[in-house]
Formats: sequence, C-alpha cells, structure tokens
Amino acid sequence: MRRYFGRKLFVYALTFFIAMTVNWIIPRFMPGDPVQSRLARASLQSPEASAAMQAYYERLFGLDVPLWQQYLNFWASLARGDLGISIWLFPQPVGDIILGAVPYSLALLLPAILLSWVVGNWFGAYAARNRWLDNTVLPVGYVLTATPYMWLALLLAWGLGIVAGLFPVGGAYSFALTPSATPEFVGSLLQHWFLPFLSLFLVALGGWAIGMRNMIIYELESDYSNYLEALGAPRRLVRRYAFRNAMLPQLTGLALQLGTLVAGSLLTEIVFSYPGLGYLILQAIRNQDFFLLQGAFMFIVVGVLIANFIIDIVYVLVDPRTRIQMQGGAA
Amino acid sequence: MSLKVRDLRVYYRTLAGDVKALDGADFELADGEITGLVGESGSGKSTLGKSLIKLDGRMRYVSGTVELDGAELPVRDSARMNDFRFREVSLIPQYAMSAMNPTRKVGRMIADLLESRGERFRALRPELVRRLELVGLGEQVLGRYPIELSGGMKQRTVMVLSTLLDPSLLIADEVTSALDVSNQRAVAETLAGFRDRGFVKSMIFVTHDVALVNQIADTITVMYAGRLAEKGPAKTVVNSPRHPYTRMLISALPEVGVSHGERRLSGIPGSPPALLDPPAGCRFRDRCPLAFDKCEQEPPFAEVEPDHSVACWKA
Amino acid sequence: MSTEQAGPPTGAGPAPGGGGAPPDAAVPAGAPLAAAAPAGRRGGELAYFALRNGKLVAGLVIVLFFLLVGLFAPMLLPHGPNEYDIGPQGAPPSAELWLGTTRFGQDVYAQFVHGLRSTFLVGLLGGGVAFAVGMVVGFVAGYRGGWVDEVLNMITNVVLVLPTLAVLIIVAAYLQARGVAVQSLFIGLTSWPWAARSIRAQTFSLSSRDFVDLARLSGRSSWKIIFRDIAPNMSSYLFMTFILLFGGAVLIAAGLDFIGLGPTDGTSLGLMMNQAVNWGALQLGMWWWFVPPGLGITAIVGALYVMNVGLDEVFNPKLRET
Repeated sequence: MRRYFGRKLFVYALTFFIAMTVNWIIPRFMPGDPVQSRLARASLQSPEASAAMQAYYERLFGLDVPLWQQYLNFWASLARGDLGISIWLFPQPVGDIILGAVPYSLALLLPAILLSWVVGNWFGAYAARNRWLDNTVLPVGYVLTATPYMWLALLLAWGLGIVAGLFPVGGAYSFALTPSATPEFVGSLLQHWFLPFLSLFLVALGGWAIGMRNMIIYELESDYSNYLEALGAPRRLVRRYAFRNAMLPQLTGLALQLGTLVAGSLLTEIVFSYPGLGYLILQAIRNQDFFLLQGAFMFIVVGVLIANFIIDIVYVLVDPRTRIQMQGGAA
Repeated sequence: MSLKVRDLRVYYRTLAGDVKALDGADFELADGEITGLVGESGSGKSTLGKSLIKLDGRMRYVSGTVELDGAELPVRDSARMNDFRFREVSLIPQYAMSAMNPTRKVGRMIADLLESRGERFRALRPELVRRLELVGLGEQVLGRYPIELSGGMKQRTVMVLSTLLDPSLLIADEVTSALDVSNQRAVAETLAGFRDRGFVKSMIFVTHDVALVNQIADTITVMYAGRLAEKGPAKTVVNSPRHPYTRMLISALPEVGVSHGERRLSGIPGSPPALLDPPAGCRFRDRCPLAFDKCEQEPPFAEVEPDHSVACWKA
Repeated sequence: MSTEQAGPPTGAGPAPGGGGAPPDAAVPAGAPLAAAAPAGRRGGELAYFALRNGKLVAGLVIVLFFLLVGLFAPMLLPHGPNEYDIGPQGAPPSAELWLGTTRFGQDVYAQFVHGLRSTFLVGLLGGGVAFAVGMVVGFVAGYRGGWVDEVLNMITNVVLVLPTLAVLIIVAAYLQARGVAVQSLFIGLTSWPWAARSIRAQTFSLSSRDFVDLARLSGRSSWKIIFRDIAPNMSSYLFMTFILLFGGAVLIAAGLDFIGLGPTDGTSLGLMMNQAVNWGALQLGMWWWFVPPGLGITAIVGALYVMNVGLDEVFNPKLRET
C-alpha cells in the first residue's frame, strides 16, 4: 500500500516540479527576451504597476545573479506563497485574486464532472442493452465529444440566454445585487451558474456514455458473464455485475480526462464571463499580467494533481483486486 | 436413458454463410454414464456440448430434439431453457480460471446466483461447505476474492458450484486443457467421484485427450467434421475401434496413458473438410484409406453391436 | 510487475487528453492482433467490409467534403479572409455572401474556408508530432522493457497528468509571433502520452510472439524489428490512434485560438469564435459569425470519431456481428 501510493506521489511531485520549472524557464528563455519587452510595454500602461513589476522581476530573476541562484530564488518565493502582484488588478496580490476565483471554478467543475460521469455511465449502460437507445446514444455521444466546449457554450448562451431570454449570460450574479446570504442573491447565483454548468456537463456527458457502453459490452462478453448465463442467472444479475466492473475503468478514465475537463471549464467560463480561473486567464492575457497567468497555471496544476490522487485512493477503495495485490506486496 | 439426442443440427452464422459445425447428432446417454467426447478442434465437440446448455450468440439451432429424463429440453429457446440450466443441465467451462466475477467475494457471488435462481443460499450453505471440503477446500474460500485463490482452487470451486444443485447432466468442456498432467487426472477423477456420489447423473466430458478419457469414461464418443463417427464402451473403442478415423486417432497415440497434447493428430495425413460447404457423403472420405464408391453417400450412425455405433459403410 | 499495471485494462482504448475527446473512443485491445491471413485475400475482404460499413463511409464522406472545401474554396475567392468591407457590416447570410459578414464587413464564408485549411493543417501537424513521439516512446518502452521502460513510463505519466491546455496557454502567452506550425509543434509535444501508453501495451504483447523472437534470433537490429515486424502487425491500430490524435489536436488548437493565443497571422475557426465573442456577436444576435466555425469543427472531429468506430469494426471481425 505504501509502495503504491509512494510511487503515485512521486510522479505527482515530479510533475509539480517540472511544471514549476517550465513556469520559470519560459519567461526567462523565450526568444526576444519577453521580460524586457513586457517591462517596456507595462511602463506605458501604468507607471506604478511597472515599478512593481520591475521590482518583482528583479526579485524573481535577480537579473544580476547566476542562473542557479535565480532558480533557487524562484522556489524560495514560491515556498513563501509569494506569487507576485497583479498588474490587471494592481495592487492586489496574485494569490488573493486566484483564491477569490477558485470557488467559482470549483462550483462549475465539481458538479459538472460528477454528474456527467454518473449520468453518462447510466446512459451508456442502458445503451448497451437496447439497440434503439444504442443507435441514439452513440451518435449523440460522438457529436457531443467532438463539440468544442466554447461552441456549445456559445450556442446555449445564444439560444437559451439571448433569444429565449431564460438565463443571464454574463457574470456570476446580477451586478444590481451585493453578495449576501439572501435568497435573492443565491437565486441569482444559481441562475448565472446554470448555463455554464449545463454546457460543461453536456460535452463531458458524451464521452462517458460512449466509454461505459463499450466497457459494458466488453464485460458482458467476459468469461464470468458467460458462466453466469450458462447457469441460468437472470439478465439482471449479469448486467449488475458487468455494470459494476465497467465502472472501474471508467474511474481510471475520469483521472485521464481531468485535464480536458479543466480546459473545458476555462473555455466555458470565458464565454459566460464567469469569474473563475478561466476568466482570470483571459484577463491576464489581455492585460499582459504574467504573474496572474503563472499563478493561475500553478493552481490548475496543483488542483489536477490533487484530484488525481483522490481518484487513486477511491480506486483502491472500490477495486478489491488492487487492494489485495497491494496487501500481498506489503506482506 | 437419461439423455436422448436426435438429429441435432446447430450452425454458426457467418457473413459467408452457415458453418455446419454440428450437422446431425444422434446418441443416447444412460443413467450414470460418463462419455468422453473426443475429436480434433473444429470437429464440433464443443458445439455439441454448448448446444445442450446454452447456444452462444452466433450459433443457430437448425433441427433436432433433445430429451432429458423423459422431458423435452427446449435447446432452441434460450428463455425456456433457463429453467433447466444449473438444475437439470450444468456446465463446467473451459475458462474455469476466469469464470468467477473478479470483484465479488466467492461466497457473495454464489449467494447472488442462487438467490437469483430462487434457491435459498442459507439452506444450501452447509451442503456447499461439505462439498468444498470434499475437494479439499475450506469454508474460508467463500470469504475470498477469486484473485486470492490459486488456479486449482478456482477450478475446484467452479466444479462444486456447477454441480451444487445435483444436475442430471453435466457438461465438462475441455476442463483439463489448461492443466498439467497430474492435475488433469485429479480433476477427471474428482468429476468421476461426483458421479459416484450422485451429484450428477450423467456427464459429457469434452476433450481432445483420448488417453485421459480412457481412464475415467464409461464410453467414448468420437466426432469428426460436425458428425458422430463412433460411440461405444471406452475399452472397445480404444482396443478395437471400427471407424477408420477412430483407428487412426488411437494408433496415433504412442501408447495409451501418455499424452502429447494435440500434436499426435498430425499423424493423420490431410485435414478435415471446410464446414462452410462440406462435401456430400462421408466427410472422412478424402483422408480415408478404405474409401470406396459407396462413401459418396452419407453412412448412417448405426449400431454394429449392442451399445456400439459407427458411421462407416465398412464397419 | 509495476503497480501501474495492477488494475484492469484501462478502458478498451486510449483517452485523448485534448479538447474533449472521448475517454474511450474506439481502439480495442484486440484489433491489431488479427490473424495474419494471406495478404491479398485479407485486403480484398477489408475493402469489402469497409465499403459496406455505413459509419466508415459516412465519416469519410464528411471529412473529405470539408477537406476539399478547405483546399479549393479559398482559391475561388477574389478576396482574402480578413479584408474589410467586402459587404455591408454585420449583414446576415445572403445569396452573394453565403455566411454573411462580420461587424467589419469581412466575409464570414471566406474566413470559414480559410479556417478549414488551418484546422486540417493543425490536425495533420499536431496529430503527426504527437503520433511520432507516441510511437517512438511506445515502441521503445514496450520493446526494450526494463529500466528504459520504467523511465519512459515515468515521463509518460508526468506529461499525462499535466493539464495540456494550461501548459499550452503558458507557452503560447510568451511567444511573440505564433504560427500554425509552432502551435502544432507544442500541441503535439503535450498530447502524445495516451498514444504512447497504448502503443506500448500493444508492442509489449507483440514482442513476446514467435515471429519477433525469430527476428531477434536472426540478429536483426531493434529498430528493424520494430518497424519491419512489430509496426506492420499493428498498422490498423496505429492508423486509428493517429485519427484520434488528429481530432484531439484540432480541438485543442480551437481552444487556444479561442482564448486569443492562436496564430498571430491568418485565420482559423477558433479565432473566428474568439472575434465573434470579443465583438459582441452574441449580444447582437449575429449567429452566422460563431455558428459555422464551431459546426465545422464538430462535423470534422465527429466524423473522424465515427469513422474510427467504423474502421474498428472493419479491422476487428469480432465487432462485425452486431
């Protein structure tokens, strides 16, 4: 057990290390010395932001110390939780801005991921037992997975938001309200949340349905299914076993798709101006706010790694085979 | 007679047409009889075994009747057949090692299966444990996942489970092909023991291993290219076979009791005809040293002496 | 056995880590190991089933249609995609301007057909780079095994858990000038891991086969064995993998373009959606500005996926029955 998780954690730590190193290398070594050109451009926009940026870059890159020391300084400031000062929302620290956006992103991502996984698995399982449903679920599933996230978001915003006028299409709550715990405000939150959620949910749904359908067909052809049928087990029992066993690879699939789902939420947030990390990234790019961009990148990487680790733990809990092999390995 | 099979034909559907894998089988099985069903791969022996319990997706019932203990076995109707499966006809599959759901404890799986068939697991549990102990397994097997059992343990568990409801007919489909020689004998003897204790009434032991069959079977049934070639008491078939194919099969054995796997059949020149569009008449004709004009007509599977039938004009 | 392989088969196939590809699109583990029937007969048989496979034919027709439009339609236009005042500003589709105009009087149809070009280009280049890296890593890891496999596996796992789009955003944001080629290169370099994983698994099972042993005994070099003996035996699998990588690259590129990190010159379908959103097409109800580009991407990528399911049924006889 320790060996298994140790190995996983090592990969995640290595990934974090590499991602952060990329984060450091890219602004430093990109052709055309982006640091200097950013500084030049920022100084035109706002002098005081430029001064802060200059100071931060000097601390970050310590432009006159050797490279290895610059690199160590970078990690040291990361360890202090110092992600720099935002240019876009000067003079707020990047860390605070991101922490304010994370709840919105999570509010979209978590329900969309979990619900699409559950509902998609459910559809896929039904598709595998019904030819008519199969002929519907499969093409619809493929179209949904082939849909760019932002395009479905645009269609929903246009159709249900602008044309039908059912839902608002911008922000996380009505600007006429101030955040509070009133029913009115919560209602506004939900109203603004629904379309981006739906969009994300629908695109993800197709993939899960197809995956489940294929997995369950594979399970229904497996030896244990054949044996049960030969002993006259009713269809219900065989399907139940197949469904449970097909869930396990779908869980692995969830881990593999995390990056894609996060990308989807970034794009969806942009369409709906939903103030999560995706929207921050867009603003950071528009305002040349590279501290904010790099900070958001770090948060995304860490979030994905944590989610991966949670899935690893869940997998061990639900699959007796892994559990037993690990116990055997530890003994 | 516990089992009566008349003119059973089961074809495989393919895009190129029907493959006539089982093309007219007529035979009987006495109460308490164990018959060894032998033949090359593709001879239709597995198709015959499967068609008595469950046709797989690509098999198509064409004709024939099956009677078990005087009642008709509805082999063509999978839904009606369900009442007979496990209780009247049961199967020990070739894939016994992977026959149990890997994510369910063995006992839970057995309970799920029994309850789904309207049996009470509680009531059957003592007998289940007794039989597990009989094959050298403890009660604790029921609390394990299949992955925690060795191959032999899994095989024995499946053997006990398949026969738990005392079926009249048991089909053992190539159960020994994945085992080494000493385990092959042990498994075969255990199954013969099941018959002796009355767990099963009669048994079809499908295998390509004539030598093994000779040790436990009462009778031997030889199949060739989708048809029965010969059926008779084991001693008679081994010592004085009548069908030329059986003769070649037996003589290709270096010595009874020594197994060389399937390779020994390569001693017979030629290969069986394609079953997509088999030639009329005797199907062994092209490889048969005794073939003559009359072989262009299909020889009947006829009794040449009591309990000994052969499908050959020269028998 | 390393703990990574402890679980059951990871789905029946690859999980493209791109802009929304299916977690289990259609590459089953069994496909490439089909029996080595006489080549001629097998080829004829494959063609027979291929032409009768509705999914394959329909998918292929759609992809070819868009490919031909992307290749030839731009040549027939008198103006470029980004020229202003081709027609009235913000005009809806009409007989002269099939897809209407943007807020600046640009011809949406011209942008669309040029965008198709860059979509195919990104798919081909990005998918190609990912395919090449995935093949090399997968073949070497699966064939050599041992510590080489361990190291490559580690690298694969690291790149696999990195959120692709986030990495690409960081890289692209610092690039001053961006072209389709550079974009494709970076997309390719980040989206190969699942392909490497599944190719590794296939190679692993093939390299224990007799004919590979024979080749090894006859003293042939590793690379020759990989490309002469192993790769041809999984060619159908490789082809399907490439199609999925192609679709993934198209979707990722569209996402990047939409954020505004696409090619700095020229146009693309993602860029069209980016501009439509930036200039208020949504609020103004100018649906003809953002519907066609997304529809084009969805149609092409969807057709590729459906084509893949068809190919799978053709190559894998077990699936033909249903």
